[in-house]
Amino acid sequence: MSINPDLQGRSYPAGPVYEVGREKIREFALAVKATNPAHFDVAAAQELGHADLLAPPTFAIIVAQRADARLIEDSTSGIDFSRVVHAEQRFTHHRPIVAGDKLVAALHVDAVRAMGGGAMISTRAEITSSDGDPVATTRSAILVRGEGQ
Amino acid sequence: MDFSSLAIGQEIGSCTINVSRADLVRYAGASGDFNPIHFNERIARDVELPGVIAHGMFTMGAAVQLVSDWAGDPGAVLDYQTRFTRPVPVPDTDAGAQIAVVGVIGALDAEQSTARVDLTVTSGGQKVLVKAQAVVKVA
Repeated sequence: MSINPDLQGRSYPAGPVYEVGREKIREFALAVKATNPAHFDVAAAQELGHADLLAPPTFAIIVAQRADARLIEDSTSGIDFSRVVHAEQRFTHHRPIVAGDKLVAALHVDAVRAMGGGAMISTRAEITSSDGDPVATTRSAILVRGEGQ
Repeated sequence: MDFSSLAIGQEIGSCTINVSRADLVRYAGASGDFNPIHFNERIARDVELPGVIAHGMFTMGAAVQLVSDWAGDPGAVLDYQTRFTRPVPVPDTDAGAQIAVVGVIGALDAEQSTARVDLTVTSGGQKVLVKAQAVVKVA
């Protein structure tokens, strides 16, 4: 099955709320081998001026990839997940993410380009608090490899 | 950190990250990215990869640690981007793979009081991230 060229311009509205938990921040920090105390110790985070445990700089990928999954799992997209390779990623933080945040993400498909037998798909997740305040913008490009790519 | 003490070309530090199959399973669980190419050799080879490869986001997430440590506050990383140019194959051995990271100041913005740190990230002597750049607010 090939990539649906009509994906470009498609948007998925803000999905379910993602609640940022302290243990998730600690677990993610361990997984990326981050050691800064602000990810593990509330008092250390507060000493830096954060309200609660601070998420590592790439933590928003959890929320962004949940948003991407809505596209990848959309049966009309034509994307085979096992042929997906991450090509580019960018995080623009409007403010740091801390434990207790309630986040939602709206997904936008900014570009779809044919690449050999596959396609490069550029998406953007606008992550906001559940009240609508901007938190982060993440941009991602995934390469869906064609056969033999 | 004093902004006036910073200069373009200045090295902020370097580090080596070890990544094993167990690290990939841990990252998969923590991030929710369960693409089987990051833990299943058979599926990875079926889709013409050299074997199990690290999540690009593991590499990106681990590499920025150098910048977080330098900044003192990981919340000072305002913007962080990269391209994933080459996969990091992680062999089924105790040692796994090694990723080397070097950070150099690539740009300074006095008005915004920000520094752009350019990361050179290699594994097995080859660049695995390209245009890996983190913009840091200098307090």
